[in-house]
Amino acid sequence: MSMSAVTEAEVLNDQSDAARQYLTFMLAGEEYGVDILRVQEIKGWDSVTEIPNTPDYIKGVINLRGTIVPIVDLRQRFGMNDIEYGPTTVVIVLKVYAQERSRVMGIVVDAVSDVYNVDSEALQPPPDFGALVDVEFVQGLATVGETMLIALDIDKLLNSNELQILDEATASND
Amino acid sequence: MALDMEQFLQIFFEESYEGLDIMESGLLNIDFGALDSESINAIFRAAHSIKGGAGTFGLMEVADFTHLMETLLDQLRSGQRQISQDDVDVLLESVDCLRSMLDECKEKAPHDQERIAGLKARFNVLLDGESSQEGAPQSESQNAGGEASTPNQAAWKIHFKPHSHLFQTGNDPVRILRELDTLGDMSVHLDSEHVPVLSMLDPEECSMKWDIQLHGEVTKEQIVEVFEWVDGDCDLTIEPLEALTEDELEEPQENTTESQTAEAVEVEKAEEAAVQEAATKVEAAAPPPKKAAAKSGGDTASIRVGIDKVDALINIVGELVITQSMLSEIGSNFDMSRLERLAQGLTQLERNTRELQESVMRIRMLPISFVFQRFPRMVRDLSRKLNKNIELKLSGEQTELDKTVLEKIGDPMVHLVRNALDHGVESPEERVRKGKPEHGTVHLNASHEGGNIVIEISDDGAGLPKDKIFKKALENGLIDEDAVLSDEKIYDLIFQPGFSTAAEVSDVSGRGVGMDVVRRNIKELGGNVEVSSQPEKGSTFTIRLPLTLAILDGQLVEVEKQTYIVPLVSIVESIQIKPQFVNSIAGGAELYKLRDDYIPIVRMSDVFGLSPEDKRIDTSLLVVVEGDNQRVGLLVDDLLSQQQVVIKSLETNFKKVEGISGATILGDGTVALILDINGLIEYSKSKIVKIPPDEIEEKEKGEVEAA
Repeated sequence: MSMSAVTEAEVLNDQSDAARQYLTFMLAGEEYGVDILRVQEIKGWDSVTEIPNTPDYIKGVINLRGTIVPIVDLRQRFGMNDIEYGPTTVVIVLKVYAQERSRVMGIVVDAVSDVYNVDSEALQPPPDFGALVDVEFVQGLATVGETMLIALDIDKLLNSNELQILDEATASND
Repeated sequence: MALDMEQFLQIFFEESYEGLDIMESGLLNIDFGALDSESINAIFRAAHSIKGGAGTFGLMEVADFTHLMETLLDQLRSGQRQISQDDVDVLLESVDCLRSMLDECKEKAPHDQERIAGLKARFNVLLDGESSQEGAPQSESQNAGGEASTPNQAAWKIHFKPHSHLFQTGNDPVRILRELDTLGDMSVHLDSEHVPVLSMLDPEECSMKWDIQLHGEVTKEQIVEVFEWVDGDCDLTIEPLEALTEDELEEPQENTTESQTAEAVEVEKAEEAAVQEAATKVEAAAPPPKKAAAKSGGDTASIRVGIDKVDALINIVGELVITQSMLSEIGSNFDMSRLERLAQGLTQLERNTRELQESVMRIRMLPISFVFQRFPRMVRDLSRKLNKNIELKLSGEQTELDKTVLEKIGDPMVHLVRNALDHGVESPEERVRKGKPEHGTVHLNASHEGGNIVIEISDDGAGLPKDKIFKKALENGLIDEDAVLSDEKIYDLIFQPGFSTAAEVSDVSGRGVGMDVVRRNIKELGGNVEVSSQPEKGSTFTIRLPLTLAILDGQLVEVEKQTYIVPLVSIVESIQIKPQFVNSIAGGAELYKLRDDYIPIVRMSDVFGLSPEDKRIDTSLLVVVEGDNQRVGLLVDDLLSQQQVVIKSLETNFKKVEGISGATILGDGTVALILDINGLIEYSKSKIVKIPPDEIEEKEKGEVEAA
């Protein structure tokens, strides 16, 4: 399992010279993108089961056809103001690789937007804002038409802080 | 490639452990009076398989060692020597030694040379003593002597035509040829006539064949052994070279395909006799008994499932598909007239689903004999060591339980059986004095009882010494001097930590760690252990376990609109809170007076950081649960239904959460979290809930008023 997860991850990262497709979504007026090959499905917001003693941005878990999937509110994760969930609020279910394991997680975003082809060359590294803005989770910036697309590194994003896998021992302890 | 070998090695280890188990149980069942050739053969075959495998994987020390065992077994098998207690002892010890050698190979650790040399020396003594008539049985030539029915030949002609699927079986003809080369001078002729042109070539198919001439002092068996891994996957003829004229030698290469196939058929027949040895070996390795489950080192998570279980599963899936198509047919053009059929279909679906669930669960079920089978040996060895005469009775071996439970119940049971042997059953003299039969009996029984499996370990010994236990508990400060306890409560004290009644610590048991660990292990499995005892009649330990760890009986509770599941086994009772029994002590902790005990109240809403709308305690319910030797009361808003829930891991996609053991999906599709009672108690301790000062004041005021 862990083997195939790694190779799959490599394959996915390997297509860097070709144009990648990004699924973009809106978050507080900005357009963010994630690698479309990581997207498992997009579903409407539905109530979740809260997990006690976790940060606010972890909304809880849902039942995705028999699998328990944690849901992260991206607005709260980025420290933005949270808004009422509306009819366009969606959950994007993503496959995340971390420490040779693959996990399925969902992110809550304001709305899905579009799918763009982005040349890897067109992807610029994020400028250094110093301590002002945390660019750790930004893979790069790209210009599509007139808008700026912020490509997210979801492996980093969804394996940071509270979401981190501690280590294999504790994970397989049960 | 290296990885592939690793895989096969893993299989070799698994099979070898199984082989060792077969040998062990075979040896234990030997009846010295009437030696059954079939059982010796079974032992021999197991040893032979291990030797062959070890040789192939280059584990020469294992192969050498097994070879000695095999030599002795072969003499027994052929009736050259009479079996003696010594033989069995040495063989049993060798089984143990071999087992640890395999463990060491697995961990790439060095072997215990002293032990191996010691056993080898004993083998040599045994062999030399008996086989002098064979004349100087040097181990290598004895191998030949033991197996060979044909004399050594100076030269052999081998015709080797692999079937096209050879590569898929993981065999490499080059390896075989190389191995043959080590036996003597070899000349190989490759017949590539049937190899297609490159554009047509399927690299996964073998279309080559070889004619080999091998010169040297080699027995046919040695050659057969080289080919044993491809037995059945090739056409193989091995003939003495002298018997052939030069013409015949060339003939196979000139043959047309037809005649070759004809020859192949013939060859297969001829071969049948020649490789019968190898074949029986394969057969011996194929069928169960197996015990990979109980191996501590074997962490490969594989399971062998009886074909009948798989067939049952396929049947049910078939029915499910039929039901599904029926339902979709009803659904595609539905009108009210078909309502009844829809209802029928749904009932059928429900039944299919339940059956499917049951059969899938059954796949994980293994008979408890996998645990029981280690005991005859243990009882035999221990009773000799203790100079006691003890008979072991087993019943209900076919009772099935979940593999995970099975793996974890072994050690606690070993402990209990040891205790029964060491402390329970008295020495023969004492027994005679008491007027009991000289030999004691330890009885292991397993049975189903509702959704549980019950394992009983009983002995007909002296029973638990009540006074001794009481005194010991007093010394250890577990009880007060004037405590009045029922017999059961006294017996139950032996499960307290740091309790050992053995007057002197023996090698076998009584090191003071013990029964508390046994109870804890069993509780971890969601089970329970109890003891009952009658003076001079014996004692019985009863272990109750859930059949599976995948499904749990749960009590659904509601806390602040959230549903949680409390494992039913942990619940002692559930009560309506009477405010006058709630006491708070310094620091804000609350206690509830439950009859004679004070139990801490764990406010679920606080522990889980839910903000309660109503902090009043008198509308809530208290679910009294028992963790590790501690009772606490969980404060919940409401009790919902009781139901069986399927346990799902939170860690698959998330991580471990304190106080939560997993999650499940309820009937309405939502997720509910399953509480981990021990974790929750620990967690609530670390997070002592502070009641805001003003509230304490209010409360005190209230109490004053009440007073």
